[in-house]
Amino acid sequence: MLTKLTGGIVYDPANKINGKQKDIYIKDGKIVNKPRNADPDKEYNIKGKVVMAGAIDLHTHIGGGKGNIARMLMPENHRIDPVAHTDIKRAGTGHAMPSTFVTGYRYAEMGYTAAFEPAVLPVNARQAHMEMGDVPMLDKGGYVMLGSDDYFLRMMTAKKDQQAINDYVAWTIRAAQGVGIKVVNPGGISAFKFNQRKLDLDEKNTHYNVTPRDILRSLATAIKELGIKHPLHVHGSNLGVPGNVQTTLDSIAGVDGLPVHLTHVQFHSYGTEGDFKFSSGAAKIAESINKNKNMSVDVGQIMFGQTVTASGDSQRQYANHGIASPNKWVCMDIECDAGCGLVPFKYKDQNFVNALQWAIGLEIFLLVDDPWRIFLTTDHPNGAPFTSYPHLIRLLMDKSFRNDMLATIHPEAKKMTTLASIDREYTMQEIAILTRAGAAKITGLVGRGALGKNDWADITVYTENENREKMFEKPDYVFKNGEMVVKDGEIVKTVWGTTHVVRPEYDKSVEKDLKKYFDKYMTMKMGNFTISDDEITEDGRGSITVHPTVGEKI
Amino acid sequence: MTTITEVPSPFCGIGSDDLTIQVDGVSIKVTENGCAINTPAFEEAIADIDPRVDGKMVSLDVAIKRAAKILKKANQSVIGGCATDVNGMRALMALADRNGAVVDNMNFTGAKRNFLAMQDSGWMNTTLAEIKNRCDLFVVVGCDLEAFSPQFYQRYLWNKESMFLKDTSKREVIYIGKAPSGKASTSPKKAKAKVLECADADLPEVMAVLRALVKDHPVSVDEVAGIKITDLKKIADKLKKATYGVVTWAAGALDFSQAELTVQMLCEMVKDVNASGVRCSGFPLGGKEGDQTANQVCGWQTGYPARMRFSSDIPEYDPFLYDINSMFANGEVDAFLWVQAFNSRSVPPHGGKIPTIVVARSGMVFEEEPDVFIPIGTPGIDHSGHAYRLDNVVAIRLKKLRDSGLPSTAEVLTAIEQALVS
Ligand SMILES: [Zn+2]
Repeated sequence: MLTKLTGGIVYDPANKINGKQKDIYIKDGKIVNKPRNADPDKEYNIKGKVVMAGAIDLHTHIGGGKGNIARMLMPENHRIDPVAHTDIKRAGTGHAMPSTFVTGYRYAEMGYTAAFEPAVLPVNARQAHMEMGDVPMLDKGGYVMLGSDDYFLRMMTAKKDQQAINDYVAWTIRAAQGVGIKVVNPGGISAFKFNQRKLDLDEKNTHYNVTPRDILRSLATAIKELGIKHPLHVHGSNLGVPGNVQTTLDSIAGVDGLPVHLTHVQFHSYGTEGDFKFSSGAAKIAESINKNKNMSVDVGQIMFGQTVTASGDSQRQYANHGIASPNKWVCMDIECDAGCGLVPFKYKDQNFVNALQWAIGLEIFLLVDDPWRIFLTTDHPNGAPFTSYPHLIRLLMDKSFRNDMLATIHPEAKKMTTLASIDREYTMQEIAILTRAGAAKITGLVGRGALGKNDWADITVYTENENREKMFEKPDYVFKNGEMVVKDGEIVKTVWGTTHVVRPEYDKSVEKDLKKYFDKYMTMKMGNFTISDDEITEDGRGSITVHPTVGEKI
Repeated sequence: MTTITEVPSPFCGIGSDDLTIQVDGVSIKVTENGCAINTPAFEEAIADIDPRVDGKMVSLDVAIKRAAKILKKANQSVIGGCATDVNGMRALMALADRNGAVVDNMNFTGAKRNFLAMQDSGWMNTTLAEIKNRCDLFVVVGCDLEAFSPQFYQRYLWNKESMFLKDTSKREVIYIGKAPSGKASTSPKKAKAKVLECADADLPEVMAVLRALVKDHPVSVDEVAGIKITDLKKIADKLKKATYGVVTWAAGALDFSQAELTVQMLCEMVKDVNASGVRCSGFPLGGKEGDQTANQVCGWQTGYPARMRFSSDIPEYDPFLYDINSMFANGEVDAFLWVQAFNSRSVPPHGGKIPTIVVARSGMVFEEEPDVFIPIGTPGIDHSGHAYRLDNVVAIRLKKLRDSGLPSTAEVLTAIEQALVS
């Protein structure tokens, strides 16, 4: 079957196409060149409409134990947003932490075709994949969390060589079926179990004598040497602490030019100036990102309203529980592997700190020059639910709208931000980079986020609208692997995406010591810890797509 | 005959995964690492393999059609039990969504006490491996732990080696409420657990006083429910001196009115200990017969734990209204589906004269024959699957051990759902 999309204005940064009218042909789920003499079986006249690849969210908490605790914690937040079933859609609930089906539907209805869960605890990876297995419409994948697990910390204390660390990292990413590696508050989740309530970049974990700086360097090196394309995904130390801008700058310096992705960097860009001892560090962070080409960031923009923060960072979440709203919160220590913390938050535009957080996020977006190294996230649901992306896009593309919003926030916060003086407006092509081409590139996805020959036909078609929020919240069409799945912003067909993974090589002898460790200290057998492919595929809907590591052919 | 090692168990709740099992045709023998719960559950022989309608043997197809007919006609169907694996629960939810059914996990009346506390104020909890490697003070509230889990002490407290304790036999165990029924809590060095006994109904008072003592509030009585305040004060002090204290309870065992307030008291006390400057965690016990699995799957698919309904086309949660027993008592039900893949003795509650479908482990014996009975395979024996352990974090990969030909829960419920549409 040949499908033709006729007359759209294409934004395809991966192929350096910037707003050019161009027909697109689709065959067997992929984009093909114009066939010589074949009539399309199906043609969509999209003359003058904006065409981009399907959007990719590289950091969104959509699957895994802590997300499910967040769901269970907030029944009142689901009650305000029930979603009825239809002939083709399952019932569910939305708002801050939607049910899995609603997550898939709402992402697709905004033109997204892939989303990555950034905090997969190895011991909870099975759950993450099962939940993502119930997220329709989207491709998915997970970053596996290391750095506070006792096995790794024991290796660090024992000064095991880098090769041994690499083998363990590769073994873990394969066992947990991940596509990247994340570190959360390096060593801090473990430190909390030893009753350390904070951990600075150069502060030692009291039991292991290891610092966050050591951990960052070791894991970033492992990623590079294993050829995993997604750089080490770093949720840094001191999240949310005024003055943490220095921690973040020191962390950037500390990785010595190794590729590193700083996630939700907004939460790590705070100074201590001003009457309230809380100020924007955005300019310093942006300057450092602009200079250090090894770095990339996603922002973790906050939006005003009710949400629930769900994080692996049990140490910082515990520290923040006093501002839980409503006043209920969960912390967990987990399996000598990691931890988690769930704290409901209500960001208010008339709260000085919240208002400045909002401005800091936008400052970072606007001050980082290279759109290939910055990504559009709210750290769903931590800064805001992902459904606020169209609004965020408008804030980035529309200076006068941004300034109108700025005028409404807490007056002291307004004085503390340079936002009003920044003229930059994101272009359509830049939005396509942030949400498509760049995201695919940095996660190492082959054949996604682009509209060239042989790329998968994940395509979103929008009607041009000066009001960018309206434009991006309701695409005319979304195609997933060449099939039309959304029309006029509504799901018309339920489909199931693939799970993206990487499989770096490692020395099998690493399993000898691991097996001993599992038998002695863990509560399950090493063989039962490892997730087999059929666990993801046996329901007949799931599939696995293996992406190459650097220099590897698949 | 084949021998299978490292077999995980969905029965004991603690996710034992080191059983060795011998399979001879369809008969199973646990040869290593069994226990009073796991061994009989694995070894139970297959009884019926044929479905029945009105007590007569029929083909699976006929039974499914009849089940669908009953559900289709119903104004308000309820699905109880919900004791199955992840895929079984997924199929159950799809069927409930399509049929507008109530979903009520059989252990929810116990679990509700935890959910109400958690959804009101939250908690700080831990998991098995943290206990095994860190816990130096273990407080059991209102629960006979070894009856709940015969292997708990041996596996997670009296383990020889731990990463962070030099001598695990020095761990201290304290009981408040029920006394232990055996000696499992006695340490390898013969140190007996300290027991402060009181009636279950007195636990609200005792826990309130213990929390007050943790917070250094003045307490003006000398004893509470027969327990000396000085003894409770010692426990409060121990909690605030421990390196990694753990307080455990089984919501199902706290069988008195408004026990959720006792759960909440206990969880808030754990937070208070953390606020005082040391670490301490709660550890709720549960996880039997798929209850965590039911709540997890229902949670990610609807946002709510497994006492909810789809009657108005949307998920609605109410831990009181959708209790199937009270729905039966109020005459609110006109079709009843009972799903129990793990335990053939766990028969459906009596709902009165209501059309009843039972999809359950082969061998279930009924006082009153249901309209439809479909015997199914057991997850982890007859087919592979996933089940959650009590700590709600670890899902174990269940293995298929034999070829019995019995269908899985998911196969049967999906077929019923399909038959509803056609
Ligand atoms: Zn995040």
